[in-house]
Amino acid sequence: MKEIYLDHAATTPVHPQVIESMVPVYQEVFGNPSSVHQFGRKARRILDDARRTVARSIGANEKEIIFTSSGTEADNMALIGTARANKEKGNHVITTSIEHHATLHAAEQLEKEGFQVTYLQPDESGLISVKEFQEKLTDDTIVVSVIAVNNETGVIQPIEKIGKMLENHPAYFHTDAVQAYGALELEVEELKVDMLTVSGHKINGPKGIGFLYAKEGTVIQTLHFGGEQERKRRPGTENLPAVIGLQTAVELMVEERESRVETYKQYKSLFLDTLLEEQVTFSINGDPERMVATIVNLSFPGMNVETLLTNFDLAGIAASSGSACTAGSVEPSHVLSAMYGASDERTVNSIRFSFGMANSQENVIEAARKISQVIRRLQAI
Amino acid sequence: MVKDPKDTRVVIGMSGGVDSSVAALLLKEQGYDVVGIFMKNWDDTDENGVCTATEDFEDVIRVCNQLDIPYYAVNFEKQYWDKVFRYFLDEYKAGRTPNPDVMCNKEIKFKAFLDHAISLGADYLATGHYAQVSEIDGVYEMLRGKDNNKDQTYFLNQLSQDVLAKVIFPLGHLEKKKVREIAREHDLATAAKKDSTGICFIGERNFKEFLSEYLPAQPGEMQTLDGEVKGRHDGLMYYTLGQRQGLGIGGAGEPWFVVGKNLEDNILYVGQGFHHDALYSEALIATQINWISRKAPNGEMECTAKFRYRQDDSPVTVQVLDDDKVKVIFHESQRAITPGQAVVFYDGEVCLGGATIDEVLKEDQALTYVG
Repeated sequence: MKEIYLDHAATTPVHPQVIESMVPVYQEVFGNPSSVHQFGRKARRILDDARRTVARSIGANEKEIIFTSSGTEADNMALIGTARANKEKGNHVITTSIEHHATLHAAEQLEKEGFQVTYLQPDESGLISVKEFQEKLTDDTIVVSVIAVNNETGVIQPIEKIGKMLENHPAYFHTDAVQAYGALELEVEELKVDMLTVSGHKINGPKGIGFLYAKEGTVIQTLHFGGEQERKRRPGTENLPAVIGLQTAVELMVEERESRVETYKQYKSLFLDTLLEEQVTFSINGDPERMVATIVNLSFPGMNVETLLTNFDLAGIAASSGSACTAGSVEPSHVLSAMYGASDERTVNSIRFSFGMANSQENVIEAARKISQVIRRLQAI
Repeated sequence: MVKDPKDTRVVIGMSGGVDSSVAALLLKEQGYDVVGIFMKNWDDTDENGVCTATEDFEDVIRVCNQLDIPYYAVNFEKQYWDKVFRYFLDEYKAGRTPNPDVMCNKEIKFKAFLDHAISLGADYLATGHYAQVSEIDGVYEMLRGKDNNKDQTYFLNQLSQDVLAKVIFPLGHLEKKKVREIAREHDLATAAKKDSTGICFIGERNFKEFLSEYLPAQPGEMQTLDGEVKGRHDGLMYYTLGQRQGLGIGGAGEPWFVVGKNLEDNILYVGQGFHHDALYSEALIATQINWISRKAPNGEMECTAKFRYRQDDSPVTVQVLDDDKVKVIFHESQRAITPGQAVVFYDGEVCLGGATIDEVLKEDQALTYVG
């Protein structure tokens, strides 16, 4: 059975050049970047070089890049680290109900610590309202965190507009750009964000590496305690091979972003067109006009997430519901619940498909055909 | 047309226990296209976020990886609540003693789950139950598991022909001891895992505490059948006929037992001695009958019956009263026959079917005091 991967929003295949760039680091540059001898210096030199590369990719200064173990860690630092460090300035945090759990659960932790958290609600198109944001913003607000591209629907959020509103407000503005980074050109100056999260494995880089951009002057309390790495903001010996892998992934991504986006856009429309040709009934969750090329979330009326995903997998198609599982069983999506209300059928009959390096025109068409077969068979039962 | 095993998809319900693990192993060894599925029927997440379902699913993952079969989960919490748990509470409210395992098999494992398996293209559904199926001229019979001590046909008495046609019980011909041995031989992750006990949604928790979360307890008087007050009870639903523990009646003579319930006046009847006369009956009336072969006996039938799990069979005469009502006459009087429990009929090794006990009779009169 030929397997077809349509879950690039979960993770992506590692680019061969990324692997190639990592091997010599393991083989030749084992030194600790903090060491004061030549082994250390050699490591430090390539670490700083990588830092420059990723900083440049978002128009930042290299001093503003903190390497982390994951997007989750970066999100946690951005919310919890800044809220704790700035609590004498205020007690209010604004985020959205369509964040990744790395942000949502960090916000819940802040609530436990006594912070007051406002969760902005999306409309049916999956979009956060800038107007509602403006209404909820107070003098007491110290941190605002809004996801740049939602990981379940692919809907692009109005980061720039919110950034603009915060220009003369002391609150720190963070965006989780894990899904956005490979799909959109991001410039921190234009977005007017103080913090931005990126993860390596979503852009064909290695797992176990990500970074937080934190604008110079951002006060963050560390979540870990140890050495003085990352300008005292994130202790622990740097994961140098992964950092170099990330650097390569970023270089490739910046170079190829436009052509990749074009290709994935084509995959998405081929995929959707084939479903239509096969007369599958579906609707797109979220506003297709405001969606990245890589993600599409489809609702199949009368179907059920668990049955669909299991059947797809047995047919060799890897997709996901995009939301959390408990004991392996799929819970209704919190993002779709926020968009449509918890009792809406779409929260339990929707599947996320996400395109990337593992796809080709042929295999997205084949996937759509197999999906159609599954759905026809289920309708016949 | 008989399909080749490798083209025959068998969906197996995996609980994370040793029985279903070995059942999956045996199917895999027979060359089937095996798909492991974990059913999540109950949300038992505690205040620390710990949930036994998560732990059990971890075991399913480990075993399925050892066997190299795909694994998935399916959530039947809503169906379980509607079809099993509501029934469970309703029966307690009515002063009866429900059997949620029988209901779970009927409504969830061999209905909702079977439907799910079929939606996944399954040719068969397998479980780790100790029971056997045999087909004779297109009619399916359910036989006791070879391990008499583990035989689970009592809980499977409501299965129909349509279900049995789709079911495989890979452990039916095995002794439990052998199942453990196979698990150890293959170094299965669950080889040494303790068997689960009790009702699945209550687990190891205190039954009384659990029930009190859902049903208001109404304490009342404990009396003998002659009306002598012997103390107080905590709520009728906490007591089962024939029960000795937890009455707290001291004094001389033989220990005290629950012999009946008066729902209307909220009285718990107690009597002295394990063999108290009031605990004994001669016949019962049962409804919700399922005849596994689909054929109800004509008029009267001699067979054996079990009135509770793991009890020896007793010879009985079954009189069919109507489509959904039988009278079961005991050849020897029986102790503590409990309304709400199942009565299951056997002819030798064949399980003929079963029904729910509604009334208990002595000298052809319903015993009103048993609830």
